[in-house]
Amino acid sequence: MSARSEQRAKQELSLTVNGRRVTVCVHPMERLLDVLRHELGLTGTKEGCGEGECGSCSVLLDGMLVNSCLVPVMQAKNGEVITIEGLSPDGRLHPLQQAFLECGGAQCGICTPGMILAAFHLLRAKPRPTIEEIQEGLSGNLCRCTGYTQILEAIAEAVRRGVVE
Amino acid sequence: MSNGRIVGTSVPRREGRDKVAGKSRYVDDMNLPGLLYGATVRSRIPRGKITNITFGPGIDWNEFVIVSSKDIPGKNCIALIEDDQPCLADGAVNHPEEPILLLAHPDRHLLPQAVEAVSIEYELLSAIFSIEESESGSEIIWGRDNIFKTYLIEKGDVDRVWEHADFVVEGEYTTGAQEQLYIENNGMVAAFDADRGLTVWGSLQCPFYVHKALVKLCGLPAERVRVVQMETGGAFGGKEEYPSMIAGHAALLAMKSGRPVKIIYDRMEDMTATTKRHPSRTRHRTAVSKDGKILGGEIDFTIDGGAYATLSSVVLSRGTIHAGGAYYWPNIRISSKAVATNAPPHGAFRGFGAPQSLFALERHMDRIARVVGLSPEEIRRRNSLKSGQDTTTGQTVREEIDLGKLLDRAMELSGYQAKTKHFAEANRGNVSRKKGIGIASFLHGAGFTGSGERYLASVVGVEACPDGKLRVLVSSAEFGQGTNTILCQIAAEALGLRYEDVEIARPDTQEVPNSGPTVASRTAMVVGQLVHSAALGIKQTLIASGLLRESYTPEEFRDACRSYVVRHGTFRSTAEYEPPNDVFWDDKTYRGSAYAAFAWAVYVAEVTVDLTTYSVTVDDFVALQEIGKVLHPVLAKGQIIGGVAQAIGFALYEKVIWDKGRMQNGQMTNYIMPTSSDLPPIRVYFEELGNTHGAFGAKGIGELPMDGPAPAIVNAVENALGISFDSIPLLPEDIFDALTKAQQEERQSARVGGSS
Repeated sequence: MSARSEQRAKQELSLTVNGRRVTVCVHPMERLLDVLRHELGLTGTKEGCGEGECGSCSVLLDGMLVNSCLVPVMQAKNGEVITIEGLSPDGRLHPLQQAFLECGGAQCGICTPGMILAAFHLLRAKPRPTIEEIQEGLSGNLCRCTGYTQILEAIAEAVRRGVVE
Repeated sequence: MSNGRIVGTSVPRREGRDKVAGKSRYVDDMNLPGLLYGATVRSRIPRGKITNITFGPGIDWNEFVIVSSKDIPGKNCIALIEDDQPCLADGAVNHPEEPILLLAHPDRHLLPQAVEAVSIEYELLSAIFSIEESESGSEIIWGRDNIFKTYLIEKGDVDRVWEHADFVVEGEYTTGAQEQLYIENNGMVAAFDADRGLTVWGSLQCPFYVHKALVKLCGLPAERVRVVQMETGGAFGGKEEYPSMIAGHAALLAMKSGRPVKIIYDRMEDMTATTKRHPSRTRHRTAVSKDGKILGGEIDFTIDGGAYATLSSVVLSRGTIHAGGAYYWPNIRISSKAVATNAPPHGAFRGFGAPQSLFALERHMDRIARVVGLSPEEIRRRNSLKSGQDTTTGQTVREEIDLGKLLDRAMELSGYQAKTKHFAEANRGNVSRKKGIGIASFLHGAGFTGSGERYLASVVGVEACPDGKLRVLVSSAEFGQGTNTILCQIAAEALGLRYEDVEIARPDTQEVPNSGPTVASRTAMVVGQLVHSAALGIKQTLIASGLLRESYTPEEFRDACRSYVVRHGTFRSTAEYEPPNDVFWDDKTYRGSAYAAFAWAVYVAEVTVDLTTYSVTVDDFVALQEIGKVLHPVLAKGQIIGGVAQAIGFALYEKVIWDKGRMQNGQMTNYIMPTSSDLPPIRVYFEELGNTHGAFGAKGIGELPMDGPAPAIVNAVENALGISFDSIPLLPEDIFDALTKAQQEERQSARVGGSS
């Protein structure tokens, strides 16, 4: 019964994800997180708290860093989304991903996609950030494993290599 | 062939590439055809009898799979140490959030409403919520006396020390519950079919714990139960025992429905229903000579175990053995107990009882220093446990450890002496911020406590694959610490191969031998050593079969493996744990060598206390430790920094607010863990003395950094304010209260002084 009413309420909407135009048929209040994971199979975006505290589900929406657990998909209608999968489309790691790998920026890995997207977003706005600016830029993303130091080192290393756009 | 090429270098984390690319498969990333979603109906009261269950209106209950305790094919328990914890409440509940019923439906959006629509009536029973209430015996909720376990350690004759003491120093110290707060919530997927039996995939630390629990619960033969560990997004002890519960729930729903079932907790369910660090209370009474030597002492250590026995007895054991810390006690009596309360069972969390008893001890050492009139550093120096001396359980320290030298180095690295002087001057007068510096020196035992490793009798395999590569077979799980990486390093190093010549199997109880649970800082030392032996077994067989010469290149080794597999088929070498001759523990007397090796550390914390906001910030942190051999510098450093960060949370931020046994702040919004802006530079330094019992000299490392930071920080706060704090978490409101009280007392005494 309720499943049927759900069906009726579904709408078609289009958005661009990692450079690819996609159309999905979902309830407009469905979370962007669920649409990415369930409809599009992009499971690199993780859910940690479901209330915008931990940042594990961070993605870029029209250039802004958002918690995809707080974004109803209709807000992303015709928008442009970048997820972790979009950073290494041809299988070659993005310099930030490479630095996270080498410097110990990922331990259990569950916060890592969100953390890397937060760093990616930060470096777009500030290509040469200070340590304080990096800390500030990541303060919406929680990590329980690393104590953050090696994440900060990874970002500093990516900047030092000068290969970040 | 050991030439140090791989062990001791920071090779890329084995599964790291998938993690940074977002490709790793965690349990919630799994999907199976016909999947149902499961949810748990839980107790809303702390203790009572269930009198009636009603399935409310507005829900089409025919669409749901419903499981109660009556559907359990085997024994209704979560098998662990004692089988006292039910999988689903049968007529009575003993804590809030206790599981009562299970529901499953294809549409996960319908589950929350359905859970809400189940109403349960109870006959309420009196409940108890603190160590003191449990001790009073006013209400007996477990066994005959609310006591899960007691231990007694006696060394020398403590009753005779008091008459010779120049000082008797007493103190009581408490620590709060702490949530592990791994970022990946708990989750399981279960599938059952009559031919293949039961398979469970999940986020977990100990595949064979889950396996044992499922065999008993589901009444299935061991070979028809399979447990697979998925990539696990943090654990810290929090996925040692409770995954058996969730696996049981998913399995029951899958068996009843005949369809695969996924249960993923949301954050609040994970925080309120699953285990946390045991709250503790420690009382110290110590006899000290005027030159600051400890003559003897009594320690009373009590932990709150919650409603069921679960792991409390072993948490208590580690806490009890660590209660005397890194000091020499000529005479001591340590009495400890784990008691029952009507809270969800407390459980494993990094450190496993040691952070609790060591917080007390390291605060108490500062208290002793003050009474005797020595510096915190000097009191530790004069009492440090030396090579050749006996620990409280009568274990002779065989490591060439010199805590004095560690103290020297930590003092120098932190600028301790100069800062102590400088802060004392700067803090004088009416300043708005006061600075302080504090230390802690401590140890942490590697491996299972006492005869634990003997009983586990772990087995490890190394397999040569058809392509000539090697594959490590262990049930030891990767959940961020670097298990996959260091075990591959060890195998490669043992055989003179390249890191990329060795792979590691996913822990799957049908594929890998039981190398024991992934706990107790045991993987690098115990499992690592076994991987080393098993790897050498491959080489020996290849040489004996004439396929390999004594000296070889990695390519020749690979060719030899390939040829062997072609001729003989599957090629596996296994190694089983053999207890070292010099490590013996007597369970009956609770005496002997508690651990094959200890890691040793001196930590120094520098803090600022803001007298406007009453908040404490840690400005600098030096973590110096001796951990045998550092197998992988980047991973080792990551373990230390991460542990220190969790311990800073334990000391200053993370407070579980309880109301009648239920956590009230089960959200990341109101349970505060450190962010990247809250932490100081954590400076990590190693000493490497080696260890004859561990792979390439490794000891345990994972838990050590959880032990020292909290007392070092609170010692630093006392150094800043001149006020002693003996409970953690230490929040701004606690500092406000203490300062206000101190000011009132000062005013009062000034008034009294003025009128006389």
